[in-house]
Amino acid sequence: MHDIVAGFINLDAITILYLFGVGFVGGLVSGFIGSGGAFVLTPGMMSLGVPGLMAVASNMCHKFPKALVGALKRFKYGQVDVKLGLILGVSAEAGVLYGAGIQEKIKATYGDAGSNLYVSVAFVLILATVGGFVLYDAWKTYKSGNANSEEKAGKLAKWVQSINIPGTMVHFKALNARVSILFTIPLGFATGMMAATIAVGGFVGVPSMIYVLGAPSLMASATELVIAFVMGLGGSLKYAMHGMVDIRLAMIILAGSLFGIQLGAIGTTYVKPFMIKVVMGLIMVIVLFSRGLMVPVYLSQLGLIVTLGDTSVKLLKNASFAIMIFALMLGAFIVLRAMWQGKQAEKRAYASGALEHGEV
Amino acid sequence: MAANSIKKKPVGAMIVMGIVSIALYATLLLKQDLINETFAKGGMYALLPIITAFVFSYFHGGFTGHFWTVLGVEAARKKKEVK
Repeated sequence: MHDIVAGFINLDAITILYLFGVGFVGGLVSGFIGSGGAFVLTPGMMSLGVPGLMAVASNMCHKFPKALVGALKRFKYGQVDVKLGLILGVSAEAGVLYGAGIQEKIKATYGDAGSNLYVSVAFVLILATVGGFVLYDAWKTYKSGNANSEEKAGKLAKWVQSINIPGTMVHFKALNARVSILFTIPLGFATGMMAATIAVGGFVGVPSMIYVLGAPSLMASATELVIAFVMGLGGSLKYAMHGMVDIRLAMIILAGSLFGIQLGAIGTTYVKPFMIKVVMGLIMVIVLFSRGLMVPVYLSQLGLIVTLGDTSVKLLKNASFAIMIFALMLGAFIVLRAMWQGKQAEKRAYASGALEHGEV
Repeated sequence: MAANSIKKKPVGAMIVMGIVSIALYATLLLKQDLINETFAKGGMYALLPIITAFVFSYFHGGFTGHFWTVLGVEAARKKKEVK
């Protein structure tokens, strides 16, 4: 274990503040859309000199307590379907193990650059498809003027809900319908695979709950926190058994992210449901560009294209990281802005109500 | 309405949770060498970071929750009308 112990970085005040700050913003976004932040935290820790696996492990060890606090908070608002979260969470755990296995095989065969290329290409393809669709759907809702209407299950979700496979049907509160677990298992599995590959399972978990199962956005994003808790707990235990968790990093990030997740969860009570899709879709699409910038770097390292100079590599890496930070900050800004507007609208509504009743 | 506006803020609970939370973080940072060495042993020692995460999330989670309430940042009082 000496090599692992040697991976513990020295913590100074600036590092602590940096981790606290990124944790806060990541927590704010997670509290709102159910996931996010991990894609910045892991490379963020690595930029401080933390070895890759330790960064992944420490990130995971802050994720599950954060998700627990967020899930409890949103449960109070009636937004969590615990049963759906647990069922998806268990199959997601299997997906995490499978996804991690694939990663190890790719790494053993093609080395670090091959593994990084696989992650980046997965990022770009999935985020382009799912993120683009989520954003398009949010835009359609906004343009249709039905932003205040109750969300209805789409065609695919209606079909899924109509299939009756005896012995596998479970009633879910979030869907207000019975769905076969033969549909939920692959969705959970895919969520877990995403978590193991790109560190953010929610980018698949939340859209699949909305579009495939027919859950309202608020319920889907809140239930994702239960899935994140189950996955994070299992993953943390696995990494901790190999002594890879730097508990100091995990708890410092947690310190910031618990402030953030409470705020993000409160924010969901002020916004129109389609705002969940706006924030999630925007972050996904922006992050996709960030990862896309890194594809030439890995292709060059693998010798598949002309070798890039050190300056170009550094430039692309910095630009990629800056775009990721921007994605997270933009998400946080939209959440805070929407919350502020919601709070002001509520104040106005109460003030006019009080005036009408002669209380002022 | 009146009951809403004069709802008691959980200042006491926030202070208690905050003090415990600060004590936990101070211990973590002051004893970091011993903690790193012990937690990195792996095997059954894996339970230590997990338990730590639960304990920190309970106290610090309680503190942050009360913190926003005391500042007046709370959930919308009424669910949005769904037409």
